[in-house]
Amino acid sequence: MTDPLLSASAVRISGLDVVLGGTPVLRGIDLDVAAGEWVTVIGPNGAGKSTMLRAVGGLLAHAGSISLFGKPLSRLRRRERARLVAMVAQSPAVPPGMAVLDYVLLGRTPYIPALGRESAADVAVVHQTLASLDLSGFAGRRLETLSGGERQRVFLARALAQGAPLLLLDEPTSALDIGHQQEVLELVDRLRRDRGLTVLASMHDLSVAGEYADRLVLLDGGRVAAVGPPPEVLTVDLLAHHYRAQVKVIAGEHGPLVVPVRRAGLTPPG
Amino acid sequence: MTVRPSDVIAKGSPADPREDPSRPGRPPAPAKLRPGWLAAGVVAVVLAALAGLALGPASLPFGSVAAELADLLPGVHIDSGLTESQANIVLQLRLPRVVLALLVGATLALAGGCYQGVFRNPLADPYLLGVAAGAGFGATAAIAAGGGAAAGSVTPSLPVPLAAFTGALAAVALTYLLGAAGGRDRSPATLLLAGVAVSAFFAACQTFLLQRYADSLQLVYSWLLGRLATSGWREVQLLLPYAVFAAAVVLLLRRELDVLSLGDDEAAGLGLHPQRSRYLLVVAASLGTAAAVAVSGLIGFVGVIVPHTVRLLAGASYRSILPLSVLFGGAFLTLADLAARTVSAPAELPIGVLTAFLGAPFFVVVLRTTRRVEL
Repeated sequence: MTDPLLSASAVRISGLDVVLGGTPVLRGIDLDVAAGEWVTVIGPNGAGKSTMLRAVGGLLAHAGSISLFGKPLSRLRRRERARLVAMVAQSPAVPPGMAVLDYVLLGRTPYIPALGRESAADVAVVHQTLASLDLSGFAGRRLETLSGGERQRVFLARALAQGAPLLLLDEPTSALDIGHQQEVLELVDRLRRDRGLTVLASMHDLSVAGEYADRLVLLDGGRVAAVGPPPEVLTVDLLAHHYRAQVKVIAGEHGPLVVPVRRAGLTPPG
Repeated sequence: MTVRPSDVIAKGSPADPREDPSRPGRPPAPAKLRPGWLAAGVVAVVLAALAGLALGPASLPFGSVAAELADLLPGVHIDSGLTESQANIVLQLRLPRVVLALLVGATLALAGGCYQGVFRNPLADPYLLGVAAGAGFGATAAIAAGGGAAAGSVTPSLPVPLAAFTGALAAVALTYLLGAAGGRDRSPATLLLAGVAVSAFFAACQTFLLQRYADSLQLVYSWLLGRLATSGWREVQLLLPYAVFAAAVVLLLRRELDVLSLGDDEAAGLGLHPQRSRYLLVVAASLGTAAAVAVSGLIGFVGVIVPHTVRLLAGASYRSILPLSVLFGGAFLTLADLAARTVSAPAELPIGVLTAFLGAPFFVVVLRTTRRVEL
């Protein structure tokens, strides 16, 4: 539930349309995300989840309006925008030979003068960020030598070093096993509470999405099909309709748990 | 089958020098150009230049050559002990050639390092966007149009460099226009593919001309192999402004190249304008390359060998790769030129052949020590 003290708007989207390569991908999206809130976008493949995140990150041309913390996205300069919103893409590039420290330091780019170099303060922020993500021991390691879970934490560290109050996470855990999935999501939850961050994420795993988010947004065919607290969105009927999936929804301690079950009427072969 | 450039990563490169298990308490420092490497680069340039000036058919003592050079400085008067003809060899014959080798080597290595960053491909070379084919066509056209007029002289007259320069720029401009034809999405891959198409087109034009004007074959061939034989300072004068411009732009933007290595979305998310940065970098590097090719022909592999070796030795950040490529590129080509004119003296090996002899095996080593990873 949203804390009324934090109800200032972090993201306000109204009438958002995005067309990619001639195909409308998002149509008439309206959404408000309060500061400090965690909102997760769910929906079937191709529903427009990543596109919505990239649009909020200012990476796509769009019609309609998006504002971040009350400022219209279209009026923000690139560097200003980079200080307000940081994004972790679904599978970020791993620059060959780059050390973790240097990678995370690139997150300070919006604070470094165009032709200048990083200050001692920037390096200090990076060391603090690495420490808070338990990565200090990895600072000198090359990125490509890390495991998937370690890498995901480093990607997160780069976004956090950006010092932006809004974090966009596109499928942050799709490449991780369930143990590392939990580790990363607990970490994000801890960080957003410690630092008062707003999180807008996209996820495939519905149970996990519901356990961590304050609200879910169900996208289908580029439109918002449902929005609300997890128990209102993760219902048998909505999921059957929009995912064409047959599921059982079980009440869990932190939210509904969605379990796919064999479709009725289909018998196993043989 | 396509392989994304970003899928190819180096393996087996030495451990990061900052990763020192014997000193666990000290936090690692960010990548930067280390003074030790900078000093090594300057020393390499000085030694290569002295060797290039002192050695040859008439070998002279290094000390005297250094003294003769110092004597050129205003307010310094040193008697080098060289005879007048020896001093003429050093100052009139060898000095312009050494300076040209330094400039061409520095420009090609810098442009190669820049392209490798812009295209996120460790094997990108400065001729990628059609510079080589365009210059080849321009030079062939000039030589063919001159008919037999220039025949007999291996050093082409000035119009050939200018024609090569024009051809190179036309090819890169065409590559850029075609690469942009896809609309807003001017991705590195689109540019590379446009470069392939433009190169093929100009190569075909060149072949056509060679068929029509078979008597120009010999001259064109020797131009293509690359050479640093000068006729004084004219070539240096032609190249210098472009080399300086390319170096200034690329070195100023070297930190942005590190950010670009994250990908376009990430770079934009960090407040950069990735397409604009890439455009500036490509224009600067291409201008430098075109000018270098115009005065020296096609000297291959310098743009791959040097930045790659520097990357392996001094770290993967473009903040050190690019400045060190300038220094070691200049030194490398000066030594390669020295070898080219001494190993089979009095005959001269085409320098492009020599760099290819060194570069081709190097290329194989690089290929063998890189692997594809699924990300």
